[in-house]
Amino acid sequence: MAVEAKGMMRAMAGEAERAEYGDFARCVHCGLCLNHCPTYRLWGREADSPRGRIRQMFLVDSGEMAMDSTFVTHIDRCLDCRACETACPSGVEYGKLVELARGRIEKEYRRKGMARLGRDLFYRRLLPYPKRMAALGGLMRLVQQSGLQKMARSAGLLKLMRVDKRADLLPEIDRKFFSTETTRTFPARSARRARVAFFAGCVARMTFSALSEATIRVLRANGCEVVVPEGQWCCGALEVHAGYRDVAREMARRNFDVFLADEAGFDAIVTNAAGCGSTMKEYGLLFATDPEEHKRAKRFEGMLKDVTEFLDELGLTAPMRHVQMRATYQDSCHLLHGQKVREAPRRLIRAVEGVELVEMELSDQCCGSAGVYNVTQTETAMALLKRKMECVNATAAQTILTANPGCLLQLRAGAELAGKGQEVLHVVELLDRAIGPERP
Amino acid sequence: MLTKEEELRLYEYDGSVETGRPDCVVFPGNKSEVAEIARLVNRYAVPMVGRGAGTGLSGGALAREGGVQVVFSRMNRILAVDYENQRAVVEPGVVNLELSRAVARAGLQYAPDPSSQKSCTIGGNVSENAGGPHTLRYGVTTNHILGLEVVMPDGETYRIGGAAVDAPGYDLVGLFVGSEGTLGLVVEITAKLTRLPESVKTLLAVFETTDDATETVAALTARGITPAACEMMDGWTIRVVESWIHAGLPTDAGAILLIEVDGPKEAAEEQAEAVVETCRAHKAREVRTAKDEREREALWKARKNAFGAVGRVAPDCYVQDGVIPRTRLPETLRRIAEIGKRHGFEVGNIFHAGDGNLHPMLCFDHREPGTFERAMAAASEIIALCVEMGGSITGEHGVGMEKDRLMPLLFSEADLELMKRVRGALNPAGLLNPGKLFPASKSCGEIRAPAMGRGPNELGEGVRGVTQR
Ligand SMILES: Cc1cc2nc3c(=O)[nH]c(=O)nc-3n(C[C@H](O)[C@H](O)[C@H](O)COP(=O)(O)OP(=O)(O)OC[C@H]3O[C@@H](n4cnc5c(N)ncnc54)[C@H](O)[C@@H]3O)c2cc1C
Ligand code: SF4
Ligand code: SF4
Repeated sequence: MAVEAKGMMRAMAGEAERAEYGDFARCVHCGLCLNHCPTYRLWGREADSPRGRIRQMFLVDSGEMAMDSTFVTHIDRCLDCRACETACPSGVEYGKLVELARGRIEKEYRRKGMARLGRDLFYRRLLPYPKRMAALGGLMRLVQQSGLQKMARSAGLLKLMRVDKRADLLPEIDRKFFSTETTRTFPARSARRARVAFFAGCVARMTFSALSEATIRVLRANGCEVVVPEGQWCCGALEVHAGYRDVAREMARRNFDVFLADEAGFDAIVTNAAGCGSTMKEYGLLFATDPEEHKRAKRFEGMLKDVTEFLDELGLTAPMRHVQMRATYQDSCHLLHGQKVREAPRRLIRAVEGVELVEMELSDQCCGSAGVYNVTQTETAMALLKRKMECVNATAAQTILTANPGCLLQLRAGAELAGKGQEVLHVVELLDRAIGPERP
Repeated sequence: MLTKEEELRLYEYDGSVETGRPDCVVFPGNKSEVAEIARLVNRYAVPMVGRGAGTGLSGGALAREGGVQVVFSRMNRILAVDYENQRAVVEPGVVNLELSRAVARAGLQYAPDPSSQKSCTIGGNVSENAGGPHTLRYGVTTNHILGLEVVMPDGETYRIGGAAVDAPGYDLVGLFVGSEGTLGLVVEITAKLTRLPESVKTLLAVFETTDDATETVAALTARGITPAACEMMDGWTIRVVESWIHAGLPTDAGAILLIEVDGPKEAAEEQAEAVVETCRAHKAREVRTAKDEREREALWKARKNAFGAVGRVAPDCYVQDGVIPRTRLPETLRRIAEIGKRHGFEVGNIFHAGDGNLHPMLCFDHREPGTFERAMAAASEIIALCVEMGGSITGEHGVGMEKDRLMPLLFSEADLELMKRVRGALNPAGLLNPGKLFPASKSCGEIRAPAMGRGPNELGEGVRGVTQR
């Protein structure tokens, strides 16, 4: 209660939410997390390690250190991949700490002109609005399709604008977006075993509609009635990671309205994006101060399942064909470290006859995608990707499987730039292939 | 090179409760840079200290008197592996587990396995002579180091030891291993690699009382059975750990032993049988064998993360590190419990039973007035008890800054004097890692509780930092 009251007072005073003393005190600076942290592995610096970041956050929070550009740089460089959380024996909730710190940075630190304007534009003026994002998507597609991008690249324009590599990492926009304008219901293709709601995502709606459709096919083939409720939009993960907590709260509220209102009730809310899932499973953290909203958040959390987790628990019943493939699996950080789901996707992969799963070294290390990290910290993301591809190449697998759209994009770029042209698939896309085309 | 205050503050801590801020932190990329740094530092006569991953539990890597901290995190290359002769040449910043991982495909491992192995560096291991659960079978770091290249405080570089196991002349490698970074900076290490055992069996024996468990350990020794590892956890700790890790430990037990045997398949099986028999003869309620690698991993995870789990139940937890002859385990544990009770604590125990290396844990909340002091008082009584039992003040965490004042418990003034003469010969100005290992002044015969009077360190968690192991 005391904690809540304090939080409430801060919220009323318009202050950023803060971590509590106990959250920091859990870190006993044992250092067991260091070597699990991608940025520490890259540079070997405390300042870019979990232990060092926690220390900096604590010193800033307790007023012993200024919130200056040094601090912001090290916090910005964190991938929020949460590998440190998995490694930590003391149960430090690093993700929560860094997200709160970022919230404070957005409120109290003045970024340099362009960076601030750009971030505000994206997080406040674009991302929350489906129509604006659709328009932006349309524009991007125009650029991508018209050959303008190619032209710009060959003219060295992209390089000049320092977005050459970034353009590679941006998603290709679909011709037809995955629709959530009206509620759609897809009946189970065999005896109904569950009724689930599908969360389509915001950017994924415009760039991964094929994946969304595959997900729905796989669920239906395994006896699920799938409902895509209208009016759903973004989960708020990108906003939480960037520190725009107020925007994220709005997104969450909209999702409560959309997903919790259904009268028949859902057995689960399913997503194929581990990054979104991880945030939605922690909606409670966004509503620490209001008991009513907190309760709704908790109810939502309880229903949310990653598609691999859900299918694994449900058990696969759809007949599947033999698929000849040597594959390796890259853990999506927000599935493994955020949601602690490790075995489910592997079990699903093994369930497909003919697939030989070869584990790569360090599959639990981030590929560098990390939400928008590959766009905001391109160089680091590319360095991580290069290391990742070395591990992938060593397995001689022709296919890389993973469980999150962002990772798919990054790994596709990796396969092209530093790999051997491997095919990159979401685990449900593999299942979809094994199930085969729908017979009318 | 780092010199800004906010950066230096990230190097004033390690895994211990101590703090010491350097004036400057450097990250050499190769051995000639280390030599260059040493020469410069020597010219300006400022203190210098080496640092690996900073997982040390006794403040060894901290700049107690300021000066230059030399961090080896960039020197993390495995330079050469000689598979046939089972040797590897590595830079000091190589992480312990990464070496084992790199050679695992060839059926080899780097045997010393401190519980911190996923982060700590081989350079740090060499300096602390680190051990681990499998020390019982494979020995400590010093048994696995063939040769070293060291940069002395004046910047000169020497190669000591080498390929031969028993080199003529002084055993300088033996002298450097465990010297806690007070004699020279290690810039290259030739380490022995050990064959991975053909077969490993992990057993969990459940007892009603700690006495039964400790007597079993003594009996195993008496029968001449040397498992690869033999770890004990008492009932209190089992309950704490199980509530978090869910490894299937029996929460109603008085104590468990985690015993591992390895070797060629038949020998391992034979040994496992002998272990089961001995446990049963000492009133083990149940003896389970891990069925597969997953069960085995779960058991070890429970063991290796135990201190972290304990950290979740109390804001502060002070883990001691002491050694006693294993035949005196039952008696010592009883007396430790008494000491705890007298000071108002329940003492948790989880430790390397096979080596008699104890880690009693005192859990408390330093924000309650007086508890911190009581914990410290109990802790020094426990360490004094270890010495009385014919043991030592530290099993593997080292002396560093934490226990320098306790050295007189173990060594006479003359002994300490001899050690200081060794240090004086190799580190004449005393500028390399000053303020460690030896009590500050010669007359310091009194025993002060470690960290006493320091109060909670700057992260505010009191002595909880020493807990991990
Ligand atoms: C959770 C946990 C569990 C642990 N378990 C064990 C265990 O089972 N067994 C065990 O023995 N220890 C254990 N320790 C203690 C610690 O991990 C070891 O002492 C380890 O060897 C320290 O390695 P480091 O790289 O972190 O060294 P640091 O802490 O950085 O330094 C340790 C000492 O080595 C010196 N040093 C480091 N590198 C060099 C170099 N290149 N040249 C000269 N001097 C150098 C430093 O000056 C310092 O004196 C544990 C610690 C933790 C936090
Ligand atoms: S975050 Fe956890 S693992 Fe890392 S230093 Fe702190 S307590 Fe240790
Ligand atoms: S979240 Fe990832 S990048 Fe950030 S500190 Fe933890 S391990 Fe490092």
